[in-house]
Amino acid sequence: MNRTPAGRRTRIAAPLVALMFAFAGAPDVAAAADAPKPRAQAPASADKVARGKYLVTVAGCNDCHTPWKMGARGPEPDMSRMLSGHPQDANLPPPPKLPEGPWVVTAAATNTAWSGPWGVSYTANLTPDPETGLGKWTQRNFTDTIRTGRHMGRGRQILPPMPIPMYKNFTDADLEAIFSYLQTIPAVSNRVPEPVAPAAAK
Amino acid sequence: MRHRLVLALAAAVAVAATVGAAIAVDAAGRPARAAAPSAIAPLPLQLSGTGLYADGSMSVVRSGNVAFSPQYPLWSDGATKRRWINIPAGRSIDASNPDAFQFPPGTKLWKEFGHGRPIETRYIERLSDGSWRYATYVWNADGTEATLAPEDGIASVAAPTAPGGRYAIPSRNDCLACHEGQAVPVLGFSALQLSRDRDEQAPHAEPRRSGDADLADFVARGIIRNLPRSLLDDPPRIVAATPAGRAALGYMHANCGHCHNATGAVAGIELVLAQSAVDPAASAQATLDSLVGHASRFQMHGGGATARVVPGKASESVIAARMQSTNPLTRMPPLGVSVSDAEGIGAVERWIQQDLTPQPEITP
Repeated sequence: MNRTPAGRRTRIAAPLVALMFAFAGAPDVAAAADAPKPRAQAPASADKVARGKYLVTVAGCNDCHTPWKMGARGPEPDMSRMLSGHPQDANLPPPPKLPEGPWVVTAAATNTAWSGPWGVSYTANLTPDPETGLGKWTQRNFTDTIRTGRHMGRGRQILPPMPIPMYKNFTDADLEAIFSYLQTIPAVSNRVPEPVAPAAAK
Repeated sequence: MRHRLVLALAAAVAVAATVGAAIAVDAAGRPARAAAPSAIAPLPLQLSGTGLYADGSMSVVRSGNVAFSPQYPLWSDGATKRRWINIPAGRSIDASNPDAFQFPPGTKLWKEFGHGRPIETRYIERLSDGSWRYATYVWNADGTEATLAPEDGIASVAAPTAPGGRYAIPSRNDCLACHEGQAVPVLGFSALQLSRDRDEQAPHAEPRRSGDADLADFVARGIIRNLPRSLLDDPPRIVAATPAGRAALGYMHANCGHCHNATGAVAGIELVLAQSAVDPAASAQATLDSLVGHASRFQMHGGGATARVVPGKASESVIAARMQSTNPLTRMPPLGVSVSDAEGIGAVERWIQQDLTPQPEITP
């Protein structure tokens, strides 16, 4: 049986994710200006919010947390659903079963659902919607999540392809700027499904 | 094979989660990594260097280290436990707020986890700058010494009587995940947990060992000061309609309440499972309000339970389903367990089934 060693697959996963980020086009953040106005927020300095917007843009958050659609020029993020995560109404079939070999990851066309050795992961709703997004989160919840790779710093593990190994190196100031910005974007009510564990873990 | 892949990825994620070198938190629970450590000695590399045992011994506990046992123990895959606390001479614990003891600098606590033999001894220390630091020491098979575990923990060590014969040593981030989740990072040493009015129906209740001190003992020794007299005259007790309810609330207090409380890191979840020694009726009511009929944000795949607790229907209650799950993405607690706790879950399910009266349907 020609199986790929677990360690090798793990090593494969990181560059694979990086490659996907490289191919993912920069989202048209300006299009967000056409989206609905954000809800009232606790004041954060304009500079901090602008810094957060910059970081969210260059860190590729929209690549996975904004659903992609087919546009006139090919796939593009649907900025009307900016950073709202995997659409609750996507109703995806089960992921394809891959044959043994070097291909280990599949992604849905929205770029918001991923299947791999870790199971199936769905990108989170990062908008300030109180019931389905980060509206009730605190800065500490956000920082703890990125620092530890656990939901709110103490729950389940955050799964690939979320690049926690890189993002945990953000400074506290960066994470404060990012969270401040995320709290100003339009709230989108979208309840993202819970991740699915691989059959072996069920 | 696929299971190994999952473990490898989980390990990669866990390794990626480690941060910094010195894991200490300030009095407010915030990481205090930037604090100058120059005046603070590094952690001893061996448990013998922490002051738990008498000189030259790894079994005789040093005089001044006081054993205690909470009435509602945390369940950790069936590990047996022993616990000690040391408060420096001339200092004391301020119990002015009985629900949030204030521990003086120099406080040390140890908790030994065993499966037939000691496996690890966890260690918490309050430093001179007011921050807390956490460590764990892993015992050798002969029981002659325990060595400081790496900051990332150890995914698996041999423990023949543990589930699957293996035992996971937590990372220091895992320590913080639970110990930073409430106002005071010391868990299991509180007015309620040390009450002389112990709950005999508490799941996994440990008989009080000879030499174990309780709340009144600590007050008598001057280790705890400023405790309201009323809590000595009328020892803290969880308020519930039945003994089964008391045991269930106590189990959730010990196993869930360090994260799920009204004031801690994840208070925004609005799930209150911690009980108060000061106003037990109010905390019990807050628990009911946050559970019964409360829609769960977590939605199980394939439908099923959608409310945190459905009165009279444990099988339709999300908290029971998550406590039963062995899926690491679903189970609660998310840390420190790998198999479900039948005794604890049974207590919670009986409470849901028998104590909580279904709401009558309103018909027009």
